[in-house]
Amino acid sequence: MAVRNALESLQKTEETIGVLDLQGGVFEHLEHLERIGISGRPVKTPVDILSIKGLIIPGGESTCLSRLMSIFGIDDAIKSAFARGMNIWGTCAGAILLADVVIGESSHLGLIDMDIERNNFGSQLDSFTATAVIPKLSADPLPLTFIRAPPIRRTGPGVAALLKIDDYIAAAESDRVLVTVFHPELTGSVAFHRYFARKCGLSPLDESRVPDMDPSWNRNSWMRVISDLRR
Amino acid sequence: MDSKRYELNVQLAQMLKGGVIMDVTNVEQAKLAEEAGAVAVMALERVPADIRRQGGVARMSDPAMIVEIKKAVSIPVMAKARIGHFVEAQILEALKIDYIDESEVLTPADEECHIDKTKFAIPFVCGARNLGEALRRIAEGAAMIRTKGEAGTGNVVEAVRHMRTMNREIRQLINMPLEEVTGFAKANGMPYELTLKVRELKRLPVVNFAAGGLATPADAALMMQLGCDGVFVGSGIFKSANPLLRARAIVKATAYFNDPQKILEASIGLGEAMPGLEISEIPEGQLLAGRGW
Repeated sequence: MAVRNALESLQKTEETIGVLDLQGGVFEHLEHLERIGISGRPVKTPVDILSIKGLIIPGGESTCLSRLMSIFGIDDAIKSAFARGMNIWGTCAGAILLADVVIGESSHLGLIDMDIERNNFGSQLDSFTATAVIPKLSADPLPLTFIRAPPIRRTGPGVAALLKIDDYIAAAESDRVLVTVFHPELTGSVAFHRYFARKCGLSPLDESRVPDMDPSWNRNSWMRVISDLRR
Repeated sequence: MDSKRYELNVQLAQMLKGGVIMDVTNVEQAKLAEEAGAVAVMALERVPADIRRQGGVARMSDPAMIVEIKKAVSIPVMAKARIGHFVEAQILEALKIDYIDESEVLTPADEECHIDKTKFAIPFVCGARNLGEALRRIAEGAAMIRTKGEAGTGNVVEAVRHMRTMNREIRQLINMPLEEVTGFAKANGMPYELTLKVRELKRLPVVNFAAGGLATPADAALMMQLGCDGVFVGSGIFKSANPLLRARAIVKATAYFNDPQKILEASIGLGEAMPGLEISEIPEGQLLAGRGW
């Protein structure tokens, strides 16, 4: 019933980007959206998901996220909202959930034609940071944080690689899906959030207002948004 | 450990937020935990309830058993080292597990010093009963904190006490004039710079999970509503009548900790919880939370 109501009101999608709030780096994404003047909110029910312009699936553990998504019908809500025009961005675990093929395992949402490999880099000790220029996003080098990152091994037709490192793809996009195997929300860079907001048809604050590397960010910045959202 | 590595370690602990970390003692349990939606497993030979019952010296688990579990699952694997036993920690780091828990559940190896965690690249999680204890561990290099609670009891009262204590001390710290902070830090053994940091952030500068005595979905949601970033469940799952059902239910209740309807649904038909222990009936020498300082 609730889902039907939401479907009926779908024509008036909110100018909002939702962050899937089941587990993982939720606050970090919300805080970045706030920096670029985009209304963001945590979403955790099918009804929430049916009324937003864009959805970010954050990093976390893909097995945990996938299990909760299927128990609570969130996977179906995402697929149906996607079919109706919603844009989606998956970071790390989010990218795994969006891939058509997860090498050696069954896939989850299957909304972008690519093969991804889980935990190829090993343990937390093998997590690392790097910088790279991603021409489509910013002329400046962007900081990249890889946490047990899942390399993308293949992209199909209609999917463009945005960043290649060594022998794998670290960021890619199709018409309405963006995937990054690293975590822009754990750095001071808002370039990916701005890029995604524009992909969703929203108007974030531009580079003259908030530079791609926001100097006012630090690794505790996400804690600002918790008190508003919890309790 | 350089400061960049520490920063990264703190951030990777952030990715566990909203999740449940489960104690497992063999490959089957580890697989079950992963299947139920755990964000990590804690590999150990005996769950705290058994350590408590059997007594004796509890040490780091057999590396062979930890390796088996590491091979069996794709989620992060944690393991425990004794308080102050930096060589057990060196072994666990060489094993390339994901996190080390310097844990009061094992018998302490050093009653004066905790491990100097800044010497390691691997992230550490440590237990705390109050803000001072949490900040001392962070000063030593912990990238993640958990309440000590009273492990192996199935009784959440101590975890609640520890979380409420931290919350109360943080509120006091925020509200006092700056000139009182030095005395407050001194009285509670809080490293001063970190005390100022907590005052600014209005919370711990690293993630803080609940641990020690959680046994039900309601316990998990209670700790989340008290402000924890996620939960550990030790004996609570595999000492219950139906571990898979209970593990799944606790994962649901942790994700939807603010939604009573969903916690209700998660709480139905789980079978017997683990038998609980009244804290006052435990001989003082057998309380685990008092180990470490």
